[in-house]
Amino acid sequence: MKRYKKNLFNVGALMQGMATTFGFMFKKKPTIQYPSVKKQHAPRFHGLHELRRYADGKERCIGCELCAIACPANAITVVGAENTPEDRKSPGERNAARYEIDELRCIFGGMCEEACPTDAIVLTPRFEMSDYRRGSFIYAKDRLLVPPEAGVGTAPDERPNGIPSDLGIVAEVKSTTDIATGYSATNRGEILKTETRGLAP
Amino acid sequence: MSGVLDTINAAPLWLIVLVKSILLLFVVITTFAYAMLFERKIMGWMQLRPGPNRVGPWGMLQPAADAVKMFFKEDLTPNTADPLIYKLAPFISLLTAFSVYAIIPFAEPKPGTLWAIGNVNAGILFVFALTALGVYGISLGGWASGSKYPLLGSVRSTAQMISYELAMTMSVIGVLIVAGTTSLAGIVHAQNRLWFFIPQIFGFLIYIITAVAETNRAPFDLVEADAELVAGFHTEYSGLRFGLFFIAEYVNMLTVSCIATLLFFGGWNAPFGLTFIPGLVWFLLKVGGFIFFYIWLRATLPRFRYDRLMAFGWKVLLPAATINLVLTAVVIAVWG
Repeated sequence: MKRYKKNLFNVGALMQGMATTFGFMFKKKPTIQYPSVKKQHAPRFHGLHELRRYADGKERCIGCELCAIACPANAITVVGAENTPEDRKSPGERNAARYEIDELRCIFGGMCEEACPTDAIVLTPRFEMSDYRRGSFIYAKDRLLVPPEAGVGTAPDERPNGIPSDLGIVAEVKSTTDIATGYSATNRGEILKTETRGLAP
Repeated sequence: MSGVLDTINAAPLWLIVLVKSILLLFVVITTFAYAMLFERKIMGWMQLRPGPNRVGPWGMLQPAADAVKMFFKEDLTPNTADPLIYKLAPFISLLTAFSVYAIIPFAEPKPGTLWAIGNVNAGILFVFALTALGVYGISLGGWASGSKYPLLGSVRSTAQMISYELAMTMSVIGVLIVAGTTSLAGIVHAQNRLWFFIPQIFGFLIYIITAVAETNRAPFDLVEADAELVAGFHTEYSGLRFGLFFIAEYVNMLTVSCIATLLFFGGWNAPFGLTFIPGLVWFLLKVGGFIFFYIWLRATLPRFRYDRLMAFGWKVLLPAATINLVLTAVVIAVWG
């Protein structure tokens, strides 16, 4: 009862509390006004992937699936195909007929980038990829592959201080999600039939 | 100017009252909207946030955005609710909250201009009668929701309102004794020389504390205690009906601020002889000061525990208010 009374009538503590909140009113606010002001993230930040090309416009990816094997999160699905003399997609014998990354599974570890023998898959600093459907986070070649006019970019090993760069073209590709079904442009039903790995709905 | 006044005063009384009422409703609702924005801003700053700032410059259109949102929300009625009372309760709250403004004088009444809808002799009694009725909206709404948290909230509100209303009324009677009148304008006139918060400092402190409890605001917001009762009496309400309760709460906050200004802070009287600023401005400034104080309290103090709330009301505030009343009466009887 004594302690209770002491607490109840502790006007000094009350005043101290009021003074604290009053003082806080004039302090600088740490809020970053996100869409209009963006936070500077760490220089070597790992973000969204992009698939790059050679200077002549051929795809670097040879469909070897090393990235898919290296991926600790099993987020990458590659289906290779033979290049034909009429349709040479990449300089070697094979190319990636399908190249898909589930960005929801991806842990942005950069293992794919390290594993890639042709520097085809690289991570960019881009991180804003919110969408309305889970299916929309499965990025296929239509959104990963940079267009031929984007240039070749810097290979991961030759980056200054290892800082990733962005060819900046993929950003303009809008989500290809069909809102009604929630599937991305690639037919996911087919993937699930042929591939059992890494594509939880 | 006096010609215009004469023309206006020549209009039938019902017309004058109607126009004044509509004008007053508009003013009170706008004040409510910006009091809410003000509260969110101040609370934000005190919590190191910028507060609402996306809608319009400085967030000035936030109330409009909120109103549109409220309008388009679905109006749910639980299966277990008592439909009639459930739907009526917000209107009871709102009606009692608004009707008080019929008699609050905003500035000095002069011949031909009465800065209120009515000048009631027993004004302060009218105010307390209406604010006491306000609890019906809350307790009926909570009861009619037919769900456990609203019921607990409404039970709490009934107990809390009764406990604190006693102390509140007691603290105000001291002012009435000093002023010698129950008319609000009369009480303000009695403060021409000395504002009553000086001779009635204890009464003022008790009034301020009980007023927070009466309006169910932090730290006495046990009626809607989010942590224990989800949202208390308005858990089941949504959309516009929830909005009505919300308006009622803020309008009640404005009311107690107005009453505090009228009874203890000299109403429209200017401090330090700064009479070149009109009385209306002083009145609004003082009310604004009280509202800031309530927001400040809410941003600072944690919620009371229920038993302590009751103990504080009955064992501290009520005896203190009674002693204050008796002492005031004795002083006035002997020296007045």
